[in-house]
Amino acid sequence: MTIKTEQELAEAVRGATGPLHIRGGGTRDIGNPVIGEALHTAGLSGITLYEPGALTIVAQAGTPVADIEAALEAEDQRLAFEPMDHRTLLGSTGTPTIGGIVASNASGPRRISVGACRDHLLGVRFVDGAGTIIKNGGRVMKNVTGYDLVKLMAGSYGTLGVLSEVALKVLPKPETSATLVLQGLSLPDSIAAMSAALGSPFEVTGAAQAGDDTYLRIEGFEASVSYRLGQLQTLLGHFGETSPLHHDDSTARWHELTSVAQFADAPVVWRVAIKPSDAPKFVDCLTQTVGFEVSFDWGGGLLWIAAREPHLEDAARCHEDEGRRSDPSAGAEVIHTNLQHNAGLIGGHATLIKAPQSVRSAVPAFQPENPTVTALSQGLRNKFDPRGILNAGLMG
Amino acid sequence: MQMPTPNQSVLSRKAKIVERLQGVLPDGAVIHTESEVRAYECDALTAYKCPPLCAVLPTSTEEVAAVLKACHEMGVPVVPRGSGTSLAGGALPTADCVILGVARLNGVLETNYEDRYIRVQSGRTNLSVTGAVEAMDFFYAPDPSSQLACAIAGNIAMNSGGAHCLKYGVTTNNLMGVKMVLMDGTITEIGGAHLDAAGLDLLGLICGSEGQLGVVTEATLRILRKPEGARPVLMAFNDNEVAGACVADIIKAGVLPVAIEFMDRLCIETTENYAKAGYPDCEALLIVEVEGAPEEIDEQLSLINDIARKHDPVELREAKDADEAARIWLGRKSAFGAIGQISDYMCLDGTIPVSSLPMVLRRIGELSDEYGLKVGNVFHAGDGNMHPLICYDANKPGDLELCEAMGAEILKLCVDAGGCLTGEHGVGIEKRDLMTHQFAQQDLGIQMAVKDVFDPEWLLNPAKVFPLDSSASRRTAAQ
Repeated sequence: MTIKTEQELAEAVRGATGPLHIRGGGTRDIGNPVIGEALHTAGLSGITLYEPGALTIVAQAGTPVADIEAALEAEDQRLAFEPMDHRTLLGSTGTPTIGGIVASNASGPRRISVGACRDHLLGVRFVDGAGTIIKNGGRVMKNVTGYDLVKLMAGSYGTLGVLSEVALKVLPKPETSATLVLQGLSLPDSIAAMSAALGSPFEVTGAAQAGDDTYLRIEGFEASVSYRLGQLQTLLGHFGETSPLHHDDSTARWHELTSVAQFADAPVVWRVAIKPSDAPKFVDCLTQTVGFEVSFDWGGGLLWIAAREPHLEDAARCHEDEGRRSDPSAGAEVIHTNLQHNAGLIGGHATLIKAPQSVRSAVPAFQPENPTVTALSQGLRNKFDPRGILNAGLMG
Repeated sequence: MQMPTPNQSVLSRKAKIVERLQGVLPDGAVIHTESEVRAYECDALTAYKCPPLCAVLPTSTEEVAAVLKACHEMGVPVVPRGSGTSLAGGALPTADCVILGVARLNGVLETNYEDRYIRVQSGRTNLSVTGAVEAMDFFYAPDPSSQLACAIAGNIAMNSGGAHCLKYGVTTNNLMGVKMVLMDGTITEIGGAHLDAAGLDLLGLICGSEGQLGVVTEATLRILRKPEGARPVLMAFNDNEVAGACVADIIKAGVLPVAIEFMDRLCIETTENYAKAGYPDCEALLIVEVEGAPEEIDEQLSLINDIARKHDPVELREAKDADEAARIWLGRKSAFGAIGQISDYMCLDGTIPVSSLPMVLRRIGELSDEYGLKVGNVFHAGDGNMHPLICYDANKPGDLELCEAMGAEILKLCVDAGGCLTGEHGVGIEKRDLMTHQFAQQDLGIQMAVKDVFDPEWLLNPAKVFPLDSSASRRTAAQ
């Protein structure tokens, strides 16, 4: 069903007789598969309010991200958390919506300096599982009036309510940007270089590693960017050769890194959040059991792990040795289990982002949490969606 | 301000309750004599006082858990307390409650400069978190005015802000994880040294929940490298609205100062008499601070000064050295104290969209005339977080009530302008009964349902945040 107003949305949820699968632009099909009637929110579209001087934009949840970015661009502003467009990685088509960004808390490389989508989300309106319209937060930068359900809704993948409107903090676009590239660093050196840069006073707004290169981004006024780039070069000189990427090349490179283009052709991809200094050991440990490719964002705190066909076959073979099935799906499950196990041991978490349906049905896409957190989360779901009809099972 | 009638059954069991708590805590950790519990009868909202049944000062997470488990079993309400600096009455006791103070939980558990975080016990004061890392040139960003005294536990409970959140965000943007104890004594960890939640963002929910969902005993906080330098510029204007327009223009121009502070004439004159910072004679004053290397500061300030000049300032004063910078901040930092010298006052913190500043300031002026109470305005202009200081005479019968009525009008005005009742102090008891102006019943209903999940018997700080009649059935159900 397609809806055009918040009222219609509330009626649709209230009148639902079975489970619903909430769809924005359909570009981020992440999590365990959802069975239910599709509820399309793309009809809830339009920017409700944009005040550049107050750094705030309010839009209906189904508003295309492109419309928001165009409006912001005209005022030299942007969504500073650098939301990821999942189409490149997932091979999805469709029009990404702002509601989808919020529901998945999609945050890119700049998350390390300015925070995640949830940190820029000022307010929400949503319809809960009973069909009640609820608002929380507002459109001002500081707001501690009542509980912060805004953060709770960010990244809840439509399992607590269907977003109808979101208010976001926006920031000015910097005059220019540049990137320092360090080539051929070992993994421990790459993480150490990123940590040194992020622990410097030079306000690095991106610290990532892909292929052979480590990238450090600086943004701001022209003179400032060139000064900081020079300072970083001096600071990191002992790591080896450095070379700069200037504004246009830098922007293009970070666009690719944000969309995880390096793994677009991999059939199975995970996202792992850990403490950056744990990254080398985590990768070492995983290498001993399974094969994979990895790149890093957030200064080493975010790992993108990809498994290609040979990796999956290898993993399946070791599974077969244990006398079980040996198809590539089984290989993906082996890697998945290893990833979540190892991430859990060091207090991090691994999420399955891309995989065939068979894998997504077989494993918990989101990292299982400790019993208390699981019970609290389930308790909240029961309150927000007593009938359990909103994207049921998507998050486990 | 109405508070619920104390539970007689709890009051009559005081001796037993004290004995049980003494059994789970070290010697001296239970405070129960009439004269000693006085120390806990109020927080920084001093207009309201009520001695608690008793107070406990545990020294470990396990002791906190033992206290909560015992109180849960005995059906005794618990009011958590950081340093007691809440301006909203967040730590105000009821006669039938146990005050759980975290002041003795004040250690640093871990500092990690490589991954840029610090793990502390929650009773540690805000300023001493920075104190623990500043030798390495790092700092903890949220800086509420009470930072010398206020505890991280209270900062998390109220999601505290400060003058520098325009750039660095408030507590919730700098909190990475907590260890907390639920009302039934369960100890759990949420978040940690990694970024973002594995599943639902419970950490975001806990921050700002005013001690109603659990008691945080440890916190993992993001620390940042100090900037190379910082420098303020002072701008004086002859009109509040012009100053407001200048703020919007600075923000639009693409410079993001770390702070933009605003003071009006009453505050300027009062602080000048008190602190003698050498402020100019004007209607409105802005302090804008930027950070970076000296050349970067020069560039940003020159851009900011160009914008200010278009608004015909009475004076533009850039700090030439550390001493001048300190003098520019001196008046702002002494503003609350200065007003306190001339009058009792009530400090509100309603927040509004920056674009509504001129209208709201004008209307506050009109309300001041209508009520016959002076109002000083000193606030974080960059993020619209107002701080009207309403002056009243605590010794004059009826004056407090008049002040509260006017405060309520101002807060409603903030909500009607598109803002909210409280930007950084919290609801506590102070704004509890105004919540229905900002929220519909269903908006409050779902928030109370969240508390039902964490604390089904409504024993943790039960008489706060929600209007008493909205929460009555839940609060009394367990009794």
